[in-house]
Amino acid sequence: MKRDYTIDIHHLTRVEGHANINITVREGRLVDARWAVVETPRFFEVMLKGMSAERVPFLTSRICGICSISHALASIRSLERAMNIVPPIVAEKTRLLAMHGETLQSHALHLFFLAAPDFAGTASVLPLMESHPDIVRAGLKLKELGNEISRVTTGRCTHPVSLVVGGLSKAPDKAQLAALQKMIRERKPLLETACAFFRTLAIPDFSRETEFISLSNGTSYPAIGGDLVSSDGIRRDENDYLLMTNEYTKDFSTTKFTRLSRETSAAGALARFNNSSPFLHPEALKAAESFGFRPVCHNPFMNNIAQLVECIHILEDAELLIESLLDMELSSIKTPWKAEAGSATGAVEAPRGILYHHMETDSEGRVVKADCIIPTTQNNANIDLDLKAITEWALEKGKNDREIEKLCEMVVRSYDPCISCSVH
Amino acid sequence: MNQQGLRFEKLKIASFDFTCCEGCQLQLANRESTLADFLRLLDIRNFREISSERHDDYDIALIEGSISRSDEVPRLQAIRRQAKVLVAFGTCACFGGVNSLKNRVSSEAAVREVYGEMKVETMPVRRVSEVVKVDLSIPGCPVAKEEVERIIVSLVTGAQVALPKYPVCVECKAALNTCLFELGEICLGPITRAGCHAVCTTGKTPCLGCRGPAEEINMEAFLHLVRERGLSLGDLQEKLAFYNSFEAFTP
Repeated sequence: MKRDYTIDIHHLTRVEGHANINITVREGRLVDARWAVVETPRFFEVMLKGMSAERVPFLTSRICGICSISHALASIRSLERAMNIVPPIVAEKTRLLAMHGETLQSHALHLFFLAAPDFAGTASVLPLMESHPDIVRAGLKLKELGNEISRVTTGRCTHPVSLVVGGLSKAPDKAQLAALQKMIRERKPLLETACAFFRTLAIPDFSRETEFISLSNGTSYPAIGGDLVSSDGIRRDENDYLLMTNEYTKDFSTTKFTRLSRETSAAGALARFNNSSPFLHPEALKAAESFGFRPVCHNPFMNNIAQLVECIHILEDAELLIESLLDMELSSIKTPWKAEAGSATGAVEAPRGILYHHMETDSEGRVVKADCIIPTTQNNANIDLDLKAITEWALEKGKNDREIEKLCEMVVRSYDPCISCSVH
Repeated sequence: MNQQGLRFEKLKIASFDFTCCEGCQLQLANRESTLADFLRLLDIRNFREISSERHDDYDIALIEGSISRSDEVPRLQAIRRQAKVLVAFGTCACFGGVNSLKNRVSSEAAVREVYGEMKVETMPVRRVSEVVKVDLSIPGCPVAKEEVERIIVSLVTGAQVALPKYPVCVECKAALNTCLFELGEICLGPITRAGCHAVCTTGKTPCLGCRGPAEEINMEAFLHLVRERGLSLGDLQEKLAFYNSFEAFTP
């Protein structure tokens, strides 16, 4: 076996955005492992300066093609809190349903199209269409369902149309909501198919202890707003997001990094599961149990299973939300508001983890200062340390360079990184 | 491939992203109900976001994103040399898109605002056609998959590719929406190219012009409409500048 080699993965595939993995091994020992993000920065904080509050969610949604609803809602929440606007209950429920749609779409895309090929040993999902047609079809139908939930609630599945400061520009259509309810009930069993498939996959038995950060509202599984909590026992107010993130830069990377109690921390489905599993629907907990998946789990590969468990929870919750929307008068959808000077944080649980937008407005409602801290930004340092740890773990187990390269790619993909988002 | 007795070659296609959110590429995987048929038309040679296979023998290159860093220029030029048809895919590629809003400040000021003292390279945002020759433009933020499907079928069958020449207003009226001007909002629907099925105005939010100007627009009449209704010129400027798609018409 080769004892000296470098692994140099330029522009890792099947992830969103551009990043490289560099591993150097000398005499069978790890010298260096690095996660280098080389994505072109777009400077959204600069673009947001001077923008009117009405227009902000249409700009922030463009930070990400996968989680545009989360970005729209984080900025809407920060502006509403900054200008003391309380959206009507119909808007709150519709927004939560929209988030569920986005998370289902994002998780299905990641699980079936980006991650599954690793476990099946193929370069992409295309060969799986031949070898595992039922699984690919289930993935497509779940992704389509996620997109349909987003479309019915926001007008379009990518870059939402009707999510505005104060509430919604248009109420969801009741006939469409009823059709959506039917579609959810028909497609829910596909998640059982998915669980059965994922139970057959060999998940590497690797773990590295870290700190998990997520939102917590004390009453339900986290989605929009709440306290900022960590598995090391820290709890802070939403507006104190800077104390939770402590952002810093590294000169080889266009993304930033964050830290809290330890050198690194993690956000995302695994963090939410670890911090808030008692609030999951019983069906979701049952599925977790079938994988022997219990908090606190430090195996990064289990983020995939956490996403799957969340999909089950989301569809159960979506059914309840639609039921209550169908019972409500959908006439009051937007609170009239007046611009005022203020500042506040809006935090939401995007599919990949806690997303912070902080906006300061002037008396005309224009953005004076903006700050966006993205889930993948909070995971970058953790990914970097995982690469080092998994290479050492694999060397100890006598794995060769090709096996190590594959494990490194897989561990990065487990985080479902959204790199262009993290650079924004 | 045999379709109704006619033989067609699959399109050797590749997809590349530059400065963007990757939302347009994501649309290629949407409209799941027609996805299998859509993929049958394509021989995907290079598409980093979904596949680890990479080949450089493509005929059609979809370019997503605008150009804002020097390393993107030779990368784009190399794609241009290979591609028979280079497609500006989405609003950022066609017009610069929202990224262009960064151009209001100097690159140095932008870097300082976001990265502080750290050195990060960036240039003023350019649309793809400012760097290489573009053969075909498919605008939209994001692109409309239905339109992409129609264009891909045209390319496979050798039919002429055309975008609607008329404005979003036509589609909005057909959807029986109340005009947003009647609700006191400036909407760019009267001057923006259709093809989106008026998705924003149907959701009661004004058109921001992501598909760029319709053909033969009457900007004077449009400005007259805004003034006549006493609507804010500042609001108009913000909307016209949003995607940088009306650069040539900005009053």
